[in-house]
Amino acid sequence: MTEGLLRTPLYEEHLALGARMVPFAGFEMPVQYAGIIDEHRAVRTSAGVFDVCHMAEFRVFGFEAFDALQGLVTNDLHKIDEMSKAVYTVMCDEAGGIIDDLIVYHTGDLEYLIIANASNRAVDAEWIAAHLPEGVEFVDESDRTGLIALQGPEAVRIITELAGEEPPARFHIAEARLDESIPVLLARTGYTGEDGVEIVCAATDAAAVWRLLLSFAEVSPCGLGARDTLRLEMGYPLHGTDMDRSIDPISAGLSWVVSMKKADFIGRDVLAAIKEAGPERKLVGLNVSEGVPRHGYPVLHDGVEVGTVASGTFSPNLEHGIATAYVPSALAEPGTCLEITARRKNVSATVVRPPFVTHTSLSA
Amino acid sequence: MNPADLRYDKEHEWVRVEGDTAVIGISDFAQDQLGEVVYVDLPSVGDVLAVGETFGEIESVKSVSELFAPVSGTVVEVNDELDSAPESINSDAYGAGWMVKIKLADPAELDGLMSSVEYDAFVANEA
Repeated sequence: MTEGLLRTPLYEEHLALGARMVPFAGFEMPVQYAGIIDEHRAVRTSAGVFDVCHMAEFRVFGFEAFDALQGLVTNDLHKIDEMSKAVYTVMCDEAGGIIDDLIVYHTGDLEYLIIANASNRAVDAEWIAAHLPEGVEFVDESDRTGLIALQGPEAVRIITELAGEEPPARFHIAEARLDESIPVLLARTGYTGEDGVEIVCAATDAAAVWRLLLSFAEVSPCGLGARDTLRLEMGYPLHGTDMDRSIDPISAGLSWVVSMKKADFIGRDVLAAIKEAGPERKLVGLNVSEGVPRHGYPVLHDGVEVGTVASGTFSPNLEHGIATAYVPSALAEPGTCLEITARRKNVSATVVRPPFVTHTSLSA
Repeated sequence: MNPADLRYDKEHEWVRVEGDTAVIGISDFAQDQLGEVVYVDLPSVGDVLAVGETFGEIESVKSVSELFAPVSGTVVEVNDELDSAPESINSDAYGAGWMVKIKLADPAELDGLMSSVEYDAFVANEA
């Protein structure tokens, strides 16, 4: 089962902590340590640390880097004209299909850092490199880069203590030194709905950073299981589950990252048409009355199948099942009553507008 | 590690015989493999189960598993406490985590189940 799988620089740390390891995006990753629900609650109430070293980091730089990236992604990179700013976006093909979702950080003069999904690393790298003009450099730094997320209401206090200064503001990135020695980039971003940072470091420093964070009693190690329940409670889409190349960002509820104000970018014409006409299907949130909805379960309206569950889980905060699903736009209004076929029986599901959980350290 | 007074099947259910009744739950190994149980779907009192038949479902955050009747019989009691406290299956798989009680249709079926020693060996092979 573990044959051919890659390991992050934190692999030995996970084993020492008794993690349950599973294959994910070609890596052997921790799915849980103490338990998904305990880890989830640690992030909502205190702080949790996640190994996200598997994710891809690309660096793009050169005089035409801005223009080139502006033509590749759907969001308007003028939002990060100011150095140290970051923006969430998707990158589409000519048909408007989502190749990946990314965060682009303005890390230096004429220089950008892109953090992308591990499973899309090769596809993204090929696509981006193929669309850059000569003179713009593209470097895939994933192998030599570590990425560790510290998330939760206590996260900022802890990282402030370790860095000797406050981390940058929300959706900003800045250099820092942890424990006066380890050089890192602190990005005030995350995938949990809680305040916190994502720490970019040399792969060779990842274990030291990990141990520093876990030296705080308030910090729990958290696996992919809690990462998934946390992100789904916020309605954050997961590429490969909630969206893929067959889906456009308008249907996926990501209109807000598609800027029609800017000049041409790949997929613009198709996306403009979809935006104008309105998407045929929309990704909606569903509150489920009983059981736990799972990816692929049929979604029904008046007994007729109208879609399938994209993401589904048990919400530890709400203590019931939650899901996302693509349904016809006419059935996407909050309050619409649908059903989910959960194996042997149908359970009721009510359309809601995510986030499912609204009170977090980010919303406070 | 698994109680010696219980019988076990290959689907990781346990059976405790109390007179002509069988109390049924899932083993400590099974609950550990599942992770935190968040939902259990159990049959109703009066349902008639045949050995090997699916009688319910157990869901953790990450996965869902079917429950298989280790013996045949009629359901005489269901552990309703699990509706509000499914985590009992994790914390006390052989006690508060019991699921159903069945009036045995054929006590001879018990001979087809494993002893705790046999089940320990069976689990050691699966782990």
